[in-house]
Amino acid sequence: MKRRHFLLQTSTILAACTAPSLMAAEGWQEKSAMPDLGAFGLEGTLPKLKGKVVYLDFWASWCAPCKASFPVLDGWQTEFAKKGFTVLGINVDETAAAMQAFLKKTPVSFPVVRDAAQKLVAAANVSTMPTSFLIDKQGVIQLVHKGFRAKDAAEIQAKISALLG
Amino acid sequence: MKMLRLLLCLAAALSACSCSSTPVKPWQRGHLADYIMRPARDPLTDSISEHVWFTREAFAGGKGVGGGGCGCN
Repeated sequence: MKRRHFLLQTSTILAACTAPSLMAAEGWQEKSAMPDLGAFGLEGTLPKLKGKVVYLDFWASWCAPCKASFPVLDGWQTEFAKKGFTVLGINVDETAAAMQAFLKKTPVSFPVVRDAAQKLVAAANVSTMPTSFLIDKQGVIQLVHKGFRAKDAAEIQAKISALLG
Repeated sequence: MKMLRLLLCLAAALSACSCSSTPVKPWQRGHLADYIMRPARDPLTDSISEHVWFTREAFAGGKGVGGGGCGCN
């Protein structure tokens, strides 16, 4: 009986330890619908995204791979914007000044909004910075890309081209 | 006694909960990535003190820097 009690108590503690990690939100997954970005109180003007292929990129000024990715994203914006494509940068910096200083040094042509309250990034529950979501014209996430390496660019670009048709 | 054990169990469970639910999220690492958080912020001073250290300690290839500990390189 004592042994049973001990086992019960141990399992309670173990369950309590593992529960929070199991309960953690999964975040946005491939083939799931993109939520309405207007509901997250983003700072800045959101562009019209309906019917467009969108490359939504979570970035921060302190993240080195984000900086490396910007020229590539800007290149895609220039190349595909007329075909119904846009990159949308979602900045997660704590201060707007940090974001602006970064953008002054690394100017880009695509729209950037700031997730000041970090609500959107928490909903997406990204596991690394940067994380990007390629969304098709119907608003369905077709690709989740974690981090940024120059060698990944060609594969993502091919996917964008395929979605644009 | 039973009550005490139950209370202990509850306390342990609660403390376990509070420990495991506070990881820093990837988007909250701005302060950790800050320049001031680097252990060595001056590359020149770092390389000089490293040179002195591996020379005195006389070990080969100290910290990835070439040299055999003779103090002559």
